[in-house]
Amino acid sequence: MSIYLPIAELSVNIFVILGMGAAVGFLSGMFGVGGGFLITPLLIFYNIPPAVAVATGANQVVASSISGALAHFRRGTLDIKLGLVLLVGGLIGATVGIQIFSMLRRMGQLDLIISLLYVIFLGSVGSLMLWESINSIRRAAKNDPVPLRKPGQHNWVHRLPFKMRFKRSKLYLSVIPVIFLGFAIGILTSVMGVGGGFIMVPAMIYLLRIPTNVVIGTSLFQIIFVTAFTTVVQAATNYSVDIVLAWLLMIAGVIGAQYGVRVGQKMRGEQLRAGLALLVLAVGIRLGFDLVLPPDEIYSVVSGSFGF
Amino acid sequence: MRAFAIIPVLAAFFCAPALAQLADPSVTINDKFSERIDIGISTNEIAIASDFSGADITVFGAIDGADELLLATFAYDVVVALEGPRQSTTVRRKERVAGIWVNRHSIRFEPIPASYSMSSTRPLPNIANLMELASRDIGINNIRLVPTGGVGDGSRLTEFRDALRRIKQTSGLYQRDPTGVQFISKALFRASVRLPANIPVGQHTVRAVLYKNNQFVMEKVIPLRVVKTGLEQFIFNLAHVHSLAYGLIAVLIATITGWLGSVIFRKD
Repeated sequence: MSIYLPIAELSVNIFVILGMGAAVGFLSGMFGVGGGFLITPLLIFYNIPPAVAVATGANQVVASSISGALAHFRRGTLDIKLGLVLLVGGLIGATVGIQIFSMLRRMGQLDLIISLLYVIFLGSVGSLMLWESINSIRRAAKNDPVPLRKPGQHNWVHRLPFKMRFKRSKLYLSVIPVIFLGFAIGILTSVMGVGGGFIMVPAMIYLLRIPTNVVIGTSLFQIIFVTAFTTVVQAATNYSVDIVLAWLLMIAGVIGAQYGVRVGQKMRGEQLRAGLALLVLAVGIRLGFDLVLPPDEIYSVVSGSFGF
Repeated sequence: MRAFAIIPVLAAFFCAPALAQLADPSVTINDKFSERIDIGISTNEIAIASDFSGADITVFGAIDGADELLLATFAYDVVVALEGPRQSTTVRRKERVAGIWVNRHSIRFEPIPASYSMSSTRPLPNIANLMELASRDIGINNIRLVPTGGVGDGSRLTEFRDALRRIKQTSGLYQRDPTGVQFISKALFRASVRLPANIPVGQHTVRAVLYKNNQFVMEKVIPLRVVKTGLEQFIFNLAHVHSLAYGLIAVLIATITGWLGSVIFRKD
């Protein structure tokens, strides 16, 4: 059964879209990620114009991160004050990102930059995660104790000025790196259509030394607002948010995520991380091949709104 | 797939005086000939609903004042083309830079029909000579592609034009059926033109051109609007006219969907 997408201006198979949403929802529930980094490339593979895929991906992430953030809020694993500081940077970053997005689109380099960013980020984050998870699987096999983080340990980040007390995270931390991290993630949200959790979570844990239990809830909290803001600004400047496509993805994604969570709870942490790492790498490599392999058609045509 | 039923409008040309036709901008006439062509379609609007996957439209028409003998020897040829709204179009060419395929060169063309679906009685080269066809923009290879702005040394222009035509054809936006016009009685013909699933919305035109012994006789143009219907139209308008409100609604829907998901599947 085909359905016409009013903004992308093409007919797609409704079951393919629902299947995509459910599969990504399942994986995001299982691994505890937003899923934007999977949805946007999948939509591009399915011939949705990249401009629409990115803006619609951001809209879809709003729904999936609200579900997650509410669960963390109920459990008390969400630092709202820290989230708000991240958000300040995130909103500035998203505003800058949208300008970059529009400029790249005018120059005809948007598709290339989106693909390049995905290859770089998915490739590096995927490799790091795979390396880390293989090491912990090895350690677990040898029964070595996992080295724990010493609470008193500090790095250069903790010597910066403008410190602020975050009670729930039990931290006394400069706002500069927090705002900067939010800013960087905000740019990625608007250019790549991702929530950015897959970069923000490791950065918060390893760079800012924020306790792991509040990291996911807090990052989801800031992702909600940055992706919501990005959706509104994309809609207002690039007219590229497809509400029908986004809604189909959300519905399937929210349902798929519930089953993913159940499967995820039965698996071991390091196995989960290795699985996620492989998935991230696979998407990155696939996009990388498209950049390097000679294309079937070296010409492309853009007329009207999004081209084809 | 749906077919749009068409009613022949035969009555019109028996009573239409020649003078009135001359004043009509939708008609071009070669005064050397007395034959006239007219066409009709049952609807001047095609609606794209959510299950639209392309459609065939049938155009009926007649040659008025046709010579019986010439009809019998197939001296008359008809070309029917459905032209989409004109859009300025950019063609980009990828090149390998540091191992990666990057858009390097681009040429922008003056507005060309976004879609072009053509049917004829015979293949075009048998109907008229190239100059004649090109002067009237008839046929995919004869649509005028005029570059705007700089084209460098111009040596690539032909490649870019070919690429544009090729891509338009592979995407289904440009298509032709060299035997799509058939005479159903002596002077009455039927032409079927295909609307692709990705047809652009807006003002289209149906052009019917009559040739006699390879010479242009007359052209008749009628408008055809392609519109999105109901919800699709509403969403498209909202997104373009009230884009801020549209963005806020998109976020609201996401919020409600996400919240409902967390409430319905809440385990604790």
